[in-house]
Amino acid sequence: MGKQTLTIDGNEAAARVAYQLNEVIAIYPITPSSPMGEWSDQWASEKRPNLWGTIPTVVEMQSEGGAAGALHGSLQTGSLSTTFTSSQGLLLMIPNMYKIAGELTSTVFHVAARSLAAQALSIFGDHSDVMATRATGYALLSSNSIQEVTDLAAIATAATLESRVPFVHFFDGFRTSHEVAKIEALTPEQLRALIDDETVRAHRARALSPDHPVLRGSAQNPDVYFQAREAVNPYYLACPGVVQRVMDRFAKVVGRSYHLFDYVGAPDAERVIVLMGSGAEAAHETVDYLVGKGEKVGMLKVRLFRPFAVRAFVDALPKSVEAIAVLDRTKEPGSAGEPLYQDVLTALAETMSGAEPPFTRFPRVIGGRYGLSSKEFTPAMVKGVFDELAATEPRNHFTVGIEDDVTNTSLRYDPDFSTEDPGTVRALFFGLGADGTVSANKNSIKIIGEGTDNYAQGYFVYDSKKSGTMTTSHLRFGRKPIRSTYLVTRANFVAVHNFTFLERNDLLAPAEPGSAVLLNTPFGPDEVWDRLPKKTQQHIVERRLKLYVIDGLKVAQGAGLGGRISTVMQTCFFAISGVLPKDEAIAAIKHAIEKTFGKRGESVVKKNYAAVDAALAQLHEVKVPAKVTSTFDLQPPVPAEAPEFVQKVTAEIIAGRGDLLPVSALPDDGTYPTATTQWERRNIAVEIPVWDEKICIQCGKCVLVCPHAVIRAKVVDAAAVADAPATFKSAPARWREFKDRKYLLQVAPEDCTGCGLCVEVCPVKNKSEAKLKAINMRPQPPLRETERENWAFFLSLPETDRTVLRPEQVKDVQLFRPLFEFSGACSGCGETPYVKLLSQLFGDRAVVANATGCSSIYGGNLPTTPWAVNAEGRGPAWSNSLFEDNAEFGMGMRLSIDKQAEFARELVRRLAGRIGEGLADGLVAADQSSEAGISAQRARVAQLKTALAGLPDAEARMLESLADVLVRKSVWIVGGDGWAYDIGYGGLDHVLASGRNVNVLVLDTEVYSNTGGQASKATPRGAVAKFAAGGKPSAKKDLTLMAMAYGSVYVARVAMGGDDAQTVRAFLEADAYDGPSLIVAYSHCINHGYDMLYGLAQQDIAVKSGYWPLLRYNPAAAAQGKNPMTLDSKAPSLPLEQYTRSETRYTMLAHSDPDAAKHLAELAQQDVAARWRTYSFMAEMSGPGGNGGNGGSKP
Amino acid sequence: MSDLSTTYLGLDLSSPLVAGASPLCEDLGNLRRLEDAGAAAVVLHSLFEEQLAVESAVLDRALSAGTDSHAEAMSYFPDLRSYNLGPEGYLEHIRKAKAALGIPVIASLNGVSSGGWTDYARRMEQAGADALELNVYFIPTDAHLTGAAVEQQYVELVRDVRGAIRIPLAVKIGHQFTAFANMARRLEEAGAGALVLFNRFYQPDLDIEKLEVVSALTLSRPYELLLRLHWVAVLYGRVQADLAVTGGVHAAPDVLKAMMAGANVAMMTSALLQRGIPHLSAVKRELAAWMDEHEYESVHQMRGSLSQRSTANPEAYERANYVRVLSSYALK
Repeated sequence: MGKQTLTIDGNEAAARVAYQLNEVIAIYPITPSSPMGEWSDQWASEKRPNLWGTIPTVVEMQSEGGAAGALHGSLQTGSLSTTFTSSQGLLLMIPNMYKIAGELTSTVFHVAARSLAAQALSIFGDHSDVMATRATGYALLSSNSIQEVTDLAAIATAATLESRVPFVHFFDGFRTSHEVAKIEALTPEQLRALIDDETVRAHRARALSPDHPVLRGSAQNPDVYFQAREAVNPYYLACPGVVQRVMDRFAKVVGRSYHLFDYVGAPDAERVIVLMGSGAEAAHETVDYLVGKGEKVGMLKVRLFRPFAVRAFVDALPKSVEAIAVLDRTKEPGSAGEPLYQDVLTALAETMSGAEPPFTRFPRVIGGRYGLSSKEFTPAMVKGVFDELAATEPRNHFTVGIEDDVTNTSLRYDPDFSTEDPGTVRALFFGLGADGTVSANKNSIKIIGEGTDNYAQGYFVYDSKKSGTMTTSHLRFGRKPIRSTYLVTRANFVAVHNFTFLERNDLLAPAEPGSAVLLNTPFGPDEVWDRLPKKTQQHIVERRLKLYVIDGLKVAQGAGLGGRISTVMQTCFFAISGVLPKDEAIAAIKHAIEKTFGKRGESVVKKNYAAVDAALAQLHEVKVPAKVTSTFDLQPPVPAEAPEFVQKVTAEIIAGRGDLLPVSALPDDGTYPTATTQWERRNIAVEIPVWDEKICIQCGKCVLVCPHAVIRAKVVDAAAVADAPATFKSAPARWREFKDRKYLLQVAPEDCTGCGLCVEVCPVKNKSEAKLKAINMRPQPPLRETERENWAFFLSLPETDRTVLRPEQVKDVQLFRPLFEFSGACSGCGETPYVKLLSQLFGDRAVVANATGCSSIYGGNLPTTPWAVNAEGRGPAWSNSLFEDNAEFGMGMRLSIDKQAEFARELVRRLAGRIGEGLADGLVAADQSSEAGISAQRARVAQLKTALAGLPDAEARMLESLADVLVRKSVWIVGGDGWAYDIGYGGLDHVLASGRNVNVLVLDTEVYSNTGGQASKATPRGAVAKFAAGGKPSAKKDLTLMAMAYGSVYVARVAMGGDDAQTVRAFLEADAYDGPSLIVAYSHCINHGYDMLYGLAQQDIAVKSGYWPLLRYNPAAAAQGKNPMTLDSKAPSLPLEQYTRSETRYTMLAHSDPDAAKHLAELAQQDVAARWRTYSFMAEMSGPGGNGGNGGSKP
Repeated sequence: MSDLSTTYLGLDLSSPLVAGASPLCEDLGNLRRLEDAGAAAVVLHSLFEEQLAVESAVLDRALSAGTDSHAEAMSYFPDLRSYNLGPEGYLEHIRKAKAALGIPVIASLNGVSSGGWTDYARRMEQAGADALELNVYFIPTDAHLTGAAVEQQYVELVRDVRGAIRIPLAVKIGHQFTAFANMARRLEEAGAGALVLFNRFYQPDLDIEKLEVVSALTLSRPYELLLRLHWVAVLYGRVQADLAVTGGVHAAPDVLKAMMAGANVAMMTSALLQRGIPHLSAVKRELAAWMDEHEYESVHQMRGSLSQRSTANPEAYERANYVRVLSSYALK
């Protein structure tokens, strides 16, 4: 049987093997391991069988804890079972891992290893998660490359079945899980030869069955627990031997040879590095290079880290070794050393003090940390470690790859040292998130990998924002195997797919002399030179770069592809690089297009073909002038007026130089200033809204819905705008109480994402030209300068006095300054308008607990964060704990604030005589139910502080530290449906039942949005989502109804596009209610599959069709003898189909399985009717006092 | 009892009552009910080439949006094995209709591109359609496009499709041609075996409160029959192609008029949408009763009896009639 080569990423490689060798797969999505579960689910839905001919059952659980529990049960009853996870997910599995190992149960967990949340969350790769499991009794087997992922996934499975020790098979998150590389796949025959069916039968024979009943999971006492715990020892002693035997069998069957520890390097090496994971590949490449130069160096790849085979380890080292550096990709603060270092030392100490010491002299051993959170680990760093080993007194407990100027742990190295093979083509592509660059490059790698004899590697780096993002594709291909597990920093092809990137970024810095540069630009070959900044021209001239241009957008649009220029650019790449003959390349690209888009219909394929055919005619080489002529240079990352921290730290991260920041630059406890998005002016909008003040009715809807808070309104004295810039607009204010004042509406031109929601929601139409509204989209570039000036002027004007505004009016809400601005959420996001509203109404006294998910990423991902401050310096204080614990985290904040407030009031009472009885009474009994009341209390607190300053005693100092808490604080618990309905539901339920005054805002997108649309219990019936590829068969969980069942929880279901006034009312009532409140907010999302421009209109249809009835349930009303339940929307007046037909999540099922879609649609329509009956019955019921119903009126 | 049978596109039909293309024909059960109610043939709902293209584009946009742009989400939807976005669903419907019905099944194609027309037509033939109705719906808004060019486009489309299939071909068009009779002849020469008169074009309405243009699809009204009768009567005998009336056929007298003007069949659509499928059997009963009562032997006998060629006053179909009608108004 011939070899089958595949060009795939690490996740797919692991999933392919795991799927074939298992029967039950229980998972929960978490980055970067989610794709393994998604692949499995897809294959199961395609009815692909496993090695034994049966289709594995793939089930999504409510959390990783749940997945581990289900897996434990599945294993106990005899199925071959697996799971995939990372990071906190693996931590949630630890309790079950102890059980599974304690019961000697065969299983493999495939882990894309990822950092753990400490001072901050990070989705990127290191071994912190895996190392946290090393006491569980699991064997830990490390893969360093995509090929090894395939091979060791199979070896781990065979070994666990033979040894009965459960395995964690791990590989580095992103670097390996997401790297695309050409590998040899394992055939079913090879897997059959590897897996002994007898071991499978033995696994089944151990299962729980009433046909041969046993008991497992007993409780044991001091008399026997210890001995029973020791009873597993023979299995752990035997395990390494079993693994090696399986590896040997694998070598015989497949031809690739592995050992528990694989040594690479000079046989007489004196200096050796020991490590595991993807970094071992970079080290291998470096060792090959250095040995070639005659250096006596080597490296040891640790494959089986646990059980640690001491003798095998020392035997794998060359006898000549004098110094060893052990590199750990994890950190254990306070330990004597990181785990691998400690095990190596133990192994050496034990063997050197034993009967047969392996070396004549105890080698010098040093340990160091590298690569945390996917920090680059390059041959230059490897060389730095070898150099350190050569020192007379090498530094121990070092770090490499960063500059530690605080505790001086970092090693110096020469960053210019490179082992890149000159024969390997290295290409860099800078793409715009939406333009398809990464997808096309993945195809290019496949074309090269599968269509030529070349080895090929692709790795992709993404922005942390979700809109207007820059993606960087790092491609290598060549005749030699590629071990370069680090980014391309010396490229011989650089493509810039978005010309505006060049305004701020030095993207040609990695271009090697003589290399080719391809720019997508509207400027032709004769025009483009003068549009390039000095720095860019300098690189081109000095390095004699060959410059090519194409107006990719024009070609793509001409072919009907809109902004997706990737096909055009891909064609140009093949033409310029010459990696394949032209005709062959075009045929291969078209074949890839057919493969990728064929399912989506012929017209899509034809459009892409047309783009390929049109591309080359538009590709031009630029005649490069002999010298730099540009009159401008790269723009600074932040403006000069930004504060010091932003200048020194944030700006460096924005500029892509975060890797160079020293330890001292960063906060030591994860505390960062807020209000930093205002300095990162991203200029990503092609068009921005322009106000027509003459026809505007000043309703404030555009301000309310703007997801990015870039449209602001103020009412100011007429005199304030007397000196306004020439193009600054104002209109007479249309408020009775603001007569003779000016209304201002201003757009932040450089922060707008151009989503257009504001235009869609504008209710005004121009009477002479109906397509125009009171706000209209216009191209940004010609407006940028003037509007920047207008925006600055607008900001300089005073905010409208909050105490005279009526927050219950949408028209007035627009005048409350948003304290959540310019987030990196998707353009047109459906969540952020609610978050912004929260910030407007309560931001100056709010504490926010935010569950992990979209809202924590756009809310708290560096470099800049959107939570802002007002002119007094007040604003929301925000924190993210974890995914699963957010309700409890928020409740803890409430408990803490309440306790401090109580203590503060006690102290006020105790000190009343000295601070003044009147002030004390005022402070304690303050009515803070209105903005005016809060303002008055703030004044009293200021008075209190003044009074306390004069008092010398400890209680006064204590009260000083607590004084601010006397102003009412609003605690908001914010998160998505994945948190509220699934992983955090248990905690949420407890918090709602607690009676504590917290406000829960559920941003319900009906899927796990952040991780790419996996089904949650909020997913509606009939909608397609990952893990619900056949359409979700069950109805959406009614969280509002469940919360109402308590009778003591304020509950609201809102949709801003359905009724904005009801939304505002619900937020105000939730804050006012002295108890737990829950607001479930309809949030349109990219996961729904339609242009988010129409998000609000779709919300309106959701309400009118009865899919999303609007309601409020206020226990405070019950206390007044009224019915607490109010239905705020009318009975369904549109068929549900009118709502579902616009969303791809529903229509894709109608296309793929019309019968199922029809059946589920009928049931979903019945759900609507049933829910409406329930709600209207509740709303019509007489309240405790006997009055009539609230709402539920007929249409 | 009168003989109601007729021929259309070379097919022997039990009566001139044909169920026209409408959403009713999307459902196999309805097709069975139409046959039971006495439809002599059915024209299936149209396969719209643009609709396939739009659905493709919408799906592609939604599946591509946001993909490969954020580290945590490479995609937002599962990759389903098939989306059935080609004409397969329609072709399957033809197959099922053929299997379920004894009466001829006429497929209907509404396309825009030459490639699309011919390819889909061929596949409809392969799926078992007894005949094909080509629905040419084109609104020439380009002020530079001449009438001659439009006409040529029509002719070429018909010729292309004719060349691609062997089953009979009908062409459904609107009446807005400067020289309709000539156009009809040219379409016949290009290969049209029947002309279906006429397409009804959507006429958008204006909402003066919302300041919006609203698309209005109104069902046909009986008065619309007159235009069809006029042109069938003119063409009868002038072209060899079969003639079908569609639009305004609501009751038995309408069918009779269509036959007398010269049509081979009368297609009912709006009346069935409004009054339900059983209405068709009522019309058929009335038709037979009227013919019996008036002692007509057959449909064949009455066909074209009031066509321009056969009527006593052929000028009634020409300008003289217009003048007389105007005068009659003046006299009132």
